[in-house]
Amino acid sequence: MRHTLVALMEDKPGVLNRISSLFRRRNFNIESLTVGHSETPGISRMTIVSEGDSTIIEQVEKQLYKLVNVTRVTNVTDEPAVIRELALIKVTASSAARSEITGLVDIFRAKVVDVAPDSLTVEITGTEDKVDSLLGLLRPFGIRELVRTGRVAMVRGNNGQKKLEIRD
Amino acid sequence: MKLTGAHIVWESLAREGVGVVFGISGGAVIHLYHALPEYPIRHVLMRHEQAAAHAADGYARATGKVGVCLATSGPGATNLVTGLATAYMDSSPVVAITGQVPTSLIGKDAFQEVDITGITLPITKHNYLVTEVESLPMVIKEAFHIARTGRPGPVLIDIAKDVQADSLEYEYPEEVNLPGYRPTLIGNQRQIKQAAQLINEAQRPLIIAGHGVMLAGAEAELGELVGKAQLPVVNTLLGLSTIPETHPLCLGMGGMHGEAYANKALQEADLILNVGGRFDDRLTGPVSTFVPEAKIIHIDIDPVEIAKNVPVDLPIVGDAKNVLQALIPLIEPTSHPDWISKISKWRAESARRDILEQETDDLVPQYVVRHIWHATRGNAIMVSDVGQNQMWEAQYFLHQKPRGLLSSGGLGTMGFALPAAIGAQMGKPEETVWVTAGDGGFQMNIQELATVVQEKLPLKMAILNNGFLGMVRQWQQFFFEGRYSGTPLLGPDFARVAEAYGIPGFTVREKSRVVPAIEQAMATDGPVLIDFIIEQEENVYPMVAPGGSIGDMLRRPQPEGVSGQKGGDSR
Repeated sequence: MRHTLVALMEDKPGVLNRISSLFRRRNFNIESLTVGHSETPGISRMTIVSEGDSTIIEQVEKQLYKLVNVTRVTNVTDEPAVIRELALIKVTASSAARSEITGLVDIFRAKVVDVAPDSLTVEITGTEDKVDSLLGLLRPFGIRELVRTGRVAMVRGNNGQKKLEIRD
Repeated sequence: MKLTGAHIVWESLAREGVGVVFGISGGAVIHLYHALPEYPIRHVLMRHEQAAAHAADGYARATGKVGVCLATSGPGATNLVTGLATAYMDSSPVVAITGQVPTSLIGKDAFQEVDITGITLPITKHNYLVTEVESLPMVIKEAFHIARTGRPGPVLIDIAKDVQADSLEYEYPEEVNLPGYRPTLIGNQRQIKQAAQLINEAQRPLIIAGHGVMLAGAEAELGELVGKAQLPVVNTLLGLSTIPETHPLCLGMGGMHGEAYANKALQEADLILNVGGRFDDRLTGPVSTFVPEAKIIHIDIDPVEIAKNVPVDLPIVGDAKNVLQALIPLIEPTSHPDWISKISKWRAESARRDILEQETDDLVPQYVVRHIWHATRGNAIMVSDVGQNQMWEAQYFLHQKPRGLLSSGGLGTMGFALPAAIGAQMGKPEETVWVTAGDGGFQMNIQELATVVQEKLPLKMAILNNGFLGMVRQWQQFFFEGRYSGTPLLGPDFARVAEAYGIPGFTVREKSRVVPAIEQAMATDGPVLIDFIIEQEENVYPMVAPGGSIGDMLRRPQPEGVSGQKGGDSR
């Protein structure tokens, strides 16, 4: 099963290396990993998507928390959470195909962010499923370039932060 | 006061209570060595950085205090790696300090530059690269705190050369602020109550006592619990000496080369209370066949260990001493006469098969180890190497005093014993320290004989010399068609090597000479090396075949049994 973990960590040199090294060393599987600033200065927030049964994921959580620079870890898989991914898709678009593509983009509430004579660049935000669906529809036109950010997650409402404490 | 980075290191170490460091000098630590004579810290110059790390580890294991080693950048630092990995696997509190090339040269592939923080990431509890003198005091404070608290482990501090020369108005921090590091020391009271209930209800309870008991200093509590509820105890290798092996309820070591009766007890127990052991595969064998009838309670300070290797019924995260103190009052005084008498029968059956019960003039290693035990009356710190010698030591020396056995259990590092014993003897100068090693492992750090002489350490060294890398040879004999590939081993005349270093050395080839040689060693004030030329193809019995259940052991063939096999014990 796919699990979404959210980890908070001190923003210090080498912390990302410690985390990726841990996943490699313990033979854990990373599907995606995103990192950026959190609301607290000096604290980064990472969203990790990992595949594994609950025993393995429990080990992943505990091993992450064991890192001295990691301050909080939580598994939000079963929490009501907002989960998003952003993708930029450069798709081949002859003038004939352009209106069909923009039609699809509208349906997905995505945006065209760049237009070139023979291509369009589309920006889409949503769950992985939504991104996958649009990609599937655009693929016949020819995908020239694709970048996906991987999943970010936030628990809904105001019970999120408290649940992030794995001890206490 | 204004101090250079180098002075800050020594001043801070002195404030952490460090009295001795094990190291080797070099270009990137020259500032540190320049400042060293101004501080009341004894420096032990080793002959290899790997040995410096093992010595710091041995010091830590013998004393419970943080051991410190020091090396220069590049090859000095990489030579520490095996020692740090050894300390990490066995949760030993070590602080390693390395020099790094100047900040301006980092990343330029400068002379003797290596990314030692990158290299040691997975084999240290934490590590630091210090590129500003301002952060140095706090880094040292944190390093010692992290190394010695919670589940102990090695911490490496890599200090750029210019940082050692830079100056700072020095103030040593009183406290650390580590929001991501808060070890759980006190066990959950509800879980402790449940544990007490399970123990009180069990018919065939058994304790596994691991290294965590020693690290927590919980030997007295373990003894109290064992006495109160008459609970038999099986030790892990590193758990040996947490309960005197002369205690009637101590079954000794379990697992791959454990006592047959200890393994039988494990397999028939209905409750396992694992205190500070990590269910290493050398203890459990295949997890699916391990303790099939037992509920498992697991006490460990490291939450990661819970359910890492073996699913548990009741976890308790906490310091073994605290948890046992909370548990003992809830335990009802009881005895398990049927269970204990069953174990006693198994034990008697093993005793009859013991090789020491056989009439033989062969110089067998078990006889040597047992007579070191007799000669020391069990009052010694034993430092064993890795391989057959390690198992014979574990089986035939009855460890009686806390921290009485130091051995590389997790990593299984050949060459550990001699340098670790140097560290142990430095930390415990009044104690008798014995090294037991094979001829293979001893040659892996034999250069440290120079350090023994230099520091005037009265180490007693026993080489169990069979001319083989014996444990691998044993596997080849049993499982690889007897093809001794890469295992026959040429060694020097160890006694003459010792003499060349200025250490009295003896060679013992006959059984009748074993006891006099050991007694002579004990009567000698300084170091002594004895080279025991033992039976070449003696095996470690019993043995669990790889992949086999621990309940299913290879026993030593009896004298009138299979021909072509020597001896006749099956412990």
